[in-house]
Amino acid sequence: MARLNVNPTRMELKKLKARLSTAERGHKLLKDKSDEMVRRFSAIIKENKRMRDEVEKELSKTLKQFSVARSVTPSYSAEAAFAMPSTALKVECATESVMGVDVPKIKLESGKRAEGLPYAYSEITSEADFSVIQAAALLPKMVELAATEKAVRMLAEEIERNKRRVNALEYVMIPQLQETIKYIKSKLDENERAAVVRLMKVKSKA
Amino acid sequence: MTGKMAIVGDGDSITVFKAAGVDSFPAENEAKAKEVLRRVAKDYQIIFLTEELARPLSEFLKRFDEEPYPVVLSIPSKNGSTGYGDEMLKSAMERALGVDILFNN
Repeated sequence: MARLNVNPTRMELKKLKARLSTAERGHKLLKDKSDEMVRRFSAIIKENKRMRDEVEKELSKTLKQFSVARSVTPSYSAEAAFAMPSTALKVECATESVMGVDVPKIKLESGKRAEGLPYAYSEITSEADFSVIQAAALLPKMVELAATEKAVRMLAEEIERNKRRVNALEYVMIPQLQETIKYIKSKLDENERAAVVRLMKVKSKA
Repeated sequence: MTGKMAIVGDGDSITVFKAAGVDSFPAENEAKAKEVLRRVAKDYQIIFLTEELARPLSEFLKRFDEEPYPVVLSIPSKNGSTGYGDEMLKSAMERALGVDILFNN
């Protein structure tokens, strides 16, 4: 490991020692942070997987059902039925801090939805009504999944970044500082020995 | 803060959500989807995107991972799940942990 390019003086030695102790403390803190983030991450990702399986299964079912329901209606009447916009649902968006990472926290605003469907019942079959209701019922889960999945991705990124910092400290910064400190110490010792020898020489001549 | 939801995908898969109260934006191919996403990302906090479109756009979608909002979620379309969601989970897990704790293969 290369040592830093500094003058071997007592001043530098003092500075480097301070830097080393800071680096070691930082390394310990970051390592603890990393451990905790990994622990949280594994909990969240398991939850995420469970929710995704659930949502995917139900959503595929709903969409298939809807396709079938739609195919039995003439396309112009289906299009007319669904051309009407329904009341847009609103969501409550906030952020939550997980180990210093701001992740989204979303809640579907309930009660805002107008009762009934945004088209006339005569326009389309009841199977389609059913799948629309099912899709609406699925939305809170989907919203929750969206927030969780985003949290997983953001945490993964942060864990990776943190790992890089820990490694940089552990394998580059700290060894470099230690080596430089050793070098300065040996250099100073050598100077001291040289001074002693010089003194002895001077004394023996006199 | 109150946000809005949008869904981007091919016609059939998104109509049902339109009726359920999500603003829908049809996009039949990835170029169109990209353009729609750019526009929609400014106003909407949650964007659902069908897997068929999310897969080719995964590089483009990475830019949304920096900030908490907007949230882009890939969902299966009417053709069923393509496993894209699981792949994304797997890659996040591999990056963060280095080991597989979910799929065991």
